[in-house]
Amino acid sequence: MSTNRATSVRSEPVEIHIRRRANPDSDQYWERFEIPYRPNLNVISCLMEIQKNPVTREGNRTTPPVWQMNCLEQVCGICTMIINGRARQSCSALVDNLEQPIKLEPMSKFPNVRDLVVDRSRMFDHLKRVHAWIEIDGTYDLGPGPRMDQDDVQERYAYSRCMTCGCCLEACPQYEDEHYIGPQAIAQVRLFNMHPTGKITRDERLEGIMGDDGITNCGNAQNCVKACPMNIPLTKAIYEENRETVVHGLFGWLKR
Amino acid sequence: MANNGIRIGIVGGGLAGLAAAMKTAEAGHAVDLFSVVPVKRSHSVCAQGGINGAVNTKGEGDSTWLHFDDTVYGGDFLANQPPVKAMCEMAPSIIYLFDRLGVPFSRTPEGLLDFRRFGGTKHHRTAFAGASTGQQLLYALDEQVRRYEESGKVRKFEHWEMLSLVLDDHQVCRGLVAMNLQTLELKAFPADAVIIATGGPGLIFGKSTNSMVCTGSAVSACYQQGAKYANGEFIQVHPTSIPGEDKLRLMSESARGEGGRVWVSRKKGDTRPPSQIPEKERLYFLEEKYPAYGNLVPRDIATREIFQICLDGYGVGGENQVYLDLTHIPAEVLDRKLGAILEIYEMFVGDDPRHVPMRIFPGVHYSMGGLWVDYQQRTNVPGLLAAGECDYSIHGANRLGANSLVSCVYGGFMAAPAAIEYAKNVERNGGEDSQIYEQEVKRQQEINDTLIKQSGSENQYLIHQEMGKWMTDNVTVIRYNDKLKETDNKLLELMDRYHRISINDSNLWATMALPHARHLDNMLELARVITLGALNRNESRGAHYKPEFPQRDDEQFLKTTIAEYSGEGPVLAYEPVDVSLIPPRKRDYSKATK
Repeated sequence: MSTNRATSVRSEPVEIHIRRRANPDSDQYWERFEIPYRPNLNVISCLMEIQKNPVTREGNRTTPPVWQMNCLEQVCGICTMIINGRARQSCSALVDNLEQPIKLEPMSKFPNVRDLVVDRSRMFDHLKRVHAWIEIDGTYDLGPGPRMDQDDVQERYAYSRCMTCGCCLEACPQYEDEHYIGPQAIAQVRLFNMHPTGKITRDERLEGIMGDDGITNCGNAQNCVKACPMNIPLTKAIYEENRETVVHGLFGWLKR
Repeated sequence: MANNGIRIGIVGGGLAGLAAAMKTAEAGHAVDLFSVVPVKRSHSVCAQGGINGAVNTKGEGDSTWLHFDDTVYGGDFLANQPPVKAMCEMAPSIIYLFDRLGVPFSRTPEGLLDFRRFGGTKHHRTAFAGASTGQQLLYALDEQVRRYEESGKVRKFEHWEMLSLVLDDHQVCRGLVAMNLQTLELKAFPADAVIIATGGPGLIFGKSTNSMVCTGSAVSACYQQGAKYANGEFIQVHPTSIPGEDKLRLMSESARGEGGRVWVSRKKGDTRPPSQIPEKERLYFLEEKYPAYGNLVPRDIATREIFQICLDGYGVGGENQVYLDLTHIPAEVLDRKLGAILEIYEMFVGDDPRHVPMRIFPGVHYSMGGLWVDYQQRTNVPGLLAAGECDYSIHGANRLGANSLVSCVYGGFMAAPAAIEYAKNVERNGGEDSQIYEQEVKRQQEINDTLIKQSGSENQYLIHQEMGKWMTDNVTVIRYNDKLKETDNKLLELMDRYHRISINDSNLWATMALPHARHLDNMLELARVITLGALNRNESRGAHYKPEFPQRDDEQFLKTTIAEYSGEGPVLAYEPVDVSLIPPRKRDYSKATK
């Protein structure tokens, strides 16, 4: 089920540079690869091609580059890496649209496991901290949920498409180590605080983003919203939640 | 709440696995959850269309019985009916639960859940959240399970892959062995019961619409340890997927629904761009052969015709692809009706389908077959249960759209209480049998060590590719007995060559090569189950089509295929289907209304 080769005759091979690392304790280095051009190649299919027979452009046998992939439809988020300087999903990065040599690097804001693989478990920990869920009484049959306005649903839908890929954190100048929780978790606070049931436990979520590494560390660079592959209105979420935390900080004690 | 010390092992963190984990934790019991990827990245995210449940909020007289009837009829009467009925009855409450969990389902003006129509039914029965319902449902369960993880009820083992079950001397499942995908460390995890929820085996066909984790590897391991595999030959092939170098991406049926035309050049192997092929040299083969229904013939017929015309050499550029053409429809109409799906095509192919015909081909999409289970999701191995796409129980010979998500959740919701019930009643020996865990770890370690040490001229990725090509060419849409026999011989050859592969990664830290080699072995075993099941079933039913036997043959084959592992290959047997609720009738799409 390969694609039309009719136009491939004249094409030059694809040159790919990969920033590699054998394990977390070793140094990074670059390796260069070359694979035959075919139309409709994406970065993942290039990596698959290299994996079959890992030989560098200079003809040296090497270890196969390691990366992560799953859905290949830009909805699972796992294959995120830095491609020509920009964090994005490698499944939807088409060779025909990329400048060559194509430079592949692991995301820089997360621990580098090997080659292009990073450990993003911190992002899931942040979801725990902000209680990114609806507290329900139980999963037994209690009938339908609250009625909702389609406009509100659509706003929530935008936030709930977040696939925890980390592009926003990679792009954020404030997100470094443990200094700032970052846009993804704040947008999830927005998602659940907008929900009629979620609102009931709103304060718990707000407190999750009010610590030293909380929402006030946002420097308003607005890189996150541009970097988000799902077009999530991250800056809007930060604005709204900033307001909510200020109100909560001023008047929250009255509820106690 | 007292938990009596019960611990349930759940393998797979998609919709079925998370549903089971949530129910188990809610009942107060401990869960060990294993997943090769972080559970939020499971294949369930790929489901777009929606989830079926007969809530009858549209004044159409829909009922759970009609949902049941549509599902059984759509499955060509191969499913045992009682669990299908139970699923359809649970479906409305499943949708309402997800509504309470905060899934942003589309709404009516009154603020109620909205429902759309889907294939194989006359009713608005499908709840949906934009074009990513699977993603939204998975996230809802991921959030709830994270809540239980926070409270200590659930332990997640992400980036751990199950390699095998731990069975005691009485062939009772007592836990599992899993491998850490970074360190390759092997470890035994005792469990009072194990629920397998690892999804489908699409990667056996090389490229499919499935995600890269859908190897069927864990299921195959269970099969090789004595679990029965049922109806393996029933593989759903979706008519319109976007061929890619790395996978096949689904193109929604709505493209044809909105007027898309399917065509090829009348000249074999034509390499001209589509714009240079004049109208009279184009073959609109569906419209010519089925003038009444044209491009909107039922899914299985469209799949067969597209497949056949490419086999005959008329595919675009001689390859396995045909045009799905929307360019005759004004761009602003397309944007309004099909915007989201056209963007997917543009994103992955780079062409604008408003101006250039799309190139599509049928793609392996779903396995109706899977581990044999009873009506409580229990396999024949005591202590082992299965739920979701990896079990065979709901869809018979063919699955209806938007029924997969509901069957995943239903399976998980049934498996959890059944596993707890089993665990409460099973006799647990003391510590004296701890050696069964050590033995199984040792056995798995030896398999790894052998693979790492051996050096041969064969390449594991090329063997995988070859298996995928043979399976796709011969064991999907149109099946001939001689080709199936040849394919089985090929699989035996590949199994032999597998023993001469060498792992091409000298750095074993976080390597992809060793896990892939383990998958490949398991995929080859399951490929034989699929192929021989198809060879033995001399009829046509649902997704299984043999030109030599074009009719459904209820007398001989209204039966579930059961494959059991043996050293010489799968041993096939047949079991009657429970059709006690709806008598089988002819499945006739020719009267389908437009």
